[in-house]
Amino acid sequence: MTKKPDCIELTHGSGGLATDRLISDLFMAAFDNPELARRNDGAVIDRVDGRIVVSTDGHVVTPLFFPGGDIGQLAVHGTVNDVAVMGAEPLSLTAGFIIEEGFEVALLEKIVRSMGAASRAAGVPVVAGDTKVVERGKADGVFITTTGIGWLKDGIDLSCEQARPGDAVLVSGTVGDHGLTILAAREGLDLGPELKSDSAALHAMTKRLTEAVPGLKVMRDATRGGLAAVLHEIAEASGVGMLITEAAVPVSDAVKGAGELLGLDPFHVANEGKLVAVCPAEQAEAALQALRADSRGSQAAIIGTVTDDADRFIEIETPFGGRRLLTRPEGDPLPRIC
Amino acid sequence: MNGKILSDGFRNPRHAEALVAAIHEEADSGRHYRIMEFCGGHTHAIARNGLADLLPDPVKLVHGPGCPVCVLPVGRLIMAMELAQREEVILTSYGDMLRVPAGPGRSLTRARAEGADVRMVYSPLDALEMARANPHRQVVFLAIGFETTAPATAAVVKRARAEGIKNFSVLCNHVVTVTAMTAVLDGEDGRRIDGLIGPGHVSCVIGADAFAGVARHYQRPIVISGFEPLDMLDTVLRAVRRLNAGEAGVENAYGRALDGAGNKQAQALMAEVFALRESFEWRGLGTVAASGYRLADDFAAFDAESRFELQYRVVPEPKSCECPSVLRGAKEPEDCVLFGKACTPEQPVGACMVSSEGACAAAYLFRRDARRLSA
Ligand code: SF4
Repeated sequence: MTKKPDCIELTHGSGGLATDRLISDLFMAAFDNPELARRNDGAVIDRVDGRIVVSTDGHVVTPLFFPGGDIGQLAVHGTVNDVAVMGAEPLSLTAGFIIEEGFEVALLEKIVRSMGAASRAAGVPVVAGDTKVVERGKADGVFITTTGIGWLKDGIDLSCEQARPGDAVLVSGTVGDHGLTILAAREGLDLGPELKSDSAALHAMTKRLTEAVPGLKVMRDATRGGLAAVLHEIAEASGVGMLITEAAVPVSDAVKGAGELLGLDPFHVANEGKLVAVCPAEQAEAALQALRADSRGSQAAIIGTVTDDADRFIEIETPFGGRRLLTRPEGDPLPRIC
Repeated sequence: MNGKILSDGFRNPRHAEALVAAIHEEADSGRHYRIMEFCGGHTHAIARNGLADLLPDPVKLVHGPGCPVCVLPVGRLIMAMELAQREEVILTSYGDMLRVPAGPGRSLTRARAEGADVRMVYSPLDALEMARANPHRQVVFLAIGFETTAPATAAVVKRARAEGIKNFSVLCNHVVTVTAMTAVLDGEDGRRIDGLIGPGHVSCVIGADAFAGVARHYQRPIVISGFEPLDMLDTVLRAVRRLNAGEAGVENAYGRALDGAGNKQAQALMAEVFALRESFEWRGLGTVAASGYRLADDFAAFDAESRFELQYRVVPEPKSCECPSVLRGAKEPEDCVLFGKACTPEQPVGACMVSSEGACAAAYLFRRDARRLSA
């Protein structure tokens, strides 16, 4: 018997025996499901009664492990959520791994196990996958691309361009948790146990919300660029403005503190388990109750209204009664100079 | 810092309401209160919190020159560009500095895209570390800023000398706050400024007393402020009260962080490592005597200007860019014909649109009225 290597080598991606062993030892064990076990070139999905939603997302994060999660579970939650906020029920995932030569097998194992656990917890199996190994320096540790498919019940039609003046804007909980956790970790700052990623699958919440709010118009998960980017995208697509009450947007004390320290706005950094919803004002209360009924939505809030604004500005009412524009995040947020 | 303290203390909306009401009560509608916030951090805080809207008509906040990235003239930036072109040089600076236009289509970021070795650092210490790690390259730190960033540069130069690091140098552009303030008040537009909001962070280094001479000579109140919304409202109230009472002088409204004398250690460090230049050119203020620092003779070996025999030339500012007037408080960002059109934070023409402390960037990002006017 050959000794199990400590590091990923180029041969692990060559499709030969080493690939085979890596796949059966690690991936099959972690993702354990009948469709994957058949080891065909593709997976067969059962007939569904409705339209199909498909979404794909590449996951690249430094550090790979952070308070509240790791790249593995992020790759599951991110894509499950992309499908879920379309109003669809996620059915299955595929995963593509790009691994840098020399990456520690023990770490890969940890990541893949965490991914398996997240997929099982969400009830969304990884039914097909691919692994490639690239030369040292051609990738940063491991990149994971996941694709998710889901089915969409007739009658549900959510889309960014449907916000209309007077509609209510809601968020499903505190914002900025994931982004500030990652940036604090990158700066080597330990800001206590309360600062952690909010990485979570939201399909139970989105189901509840679509059922409770027949007039629901938009759902978006507020990932890259945070709350600000999503609000701008909705306003832009719908040709409307928004007025957001700053004090109504939930932000945890830990995130506020980290934001101050790093000079970053919690509204501008990523979330991995929060959604933004737009619905007619008269259904806002029902939407709020539906969000709060979910274990991930206890801090959900109505944060503002859609306005008639040809400039498509997002205005913030500050706690002092002043107004300012909500800026659109530009590029990657960087901590301030001094 | 704990978020809870912030929300309950310095950002409590109820306290803000009381301060705003007091300012309204205090302000006499028969006169004007033109108050300059010297510091770019204040410009940002005012716009970010929508504070200008809360003030009564006679009270007007005017932007000042206290944005380090904004006041560096194109000529100095060109020196950095020349250095970056040299094969052996790794040019380092703060992120914002790299994006400042040095003429149409030119900037350090652009130079990097074209092959120059330009790297962003968070502090001069990172640049020194880079010098240690690259012994066969010349690492130059493009140093900018008032007395807030100057002590860090001084400390690193001192350390480089102590360690005998031969491949590290500084292109020194540190500037003197108090002298800039006098230059503003001496100018044509300075006469229209009734009072000043003094820079909190700078004052922590040089001490509140450093402004006493200016306040006395120009007979203006200077109220030194922190950066929280409540700090700023409290400061405006104090300035209005002083103006009503006709009281010049320095007032410390940033008491929790500040005393009269400032940080003696940082001052000693600066005195050791820097010497005053005869004069220094500023964007907006022109050439001002004794307003900039160079490395002192004892540290000349670490001065990039002499090491690479650089010559300073005055280079004209971009055409139609109103940055110079904006930096003197003579014009508002939206008065510039380029504002929001040719010049935006994504595609800046002038320096004031680059840094988040720049008046144009703050107006563009946060002020609906400014954006409307430019549309
Ligand atoms: S808008 Fe741009 S060009 Fe005009 S003054 Fe401001 S920075 Fe200069």
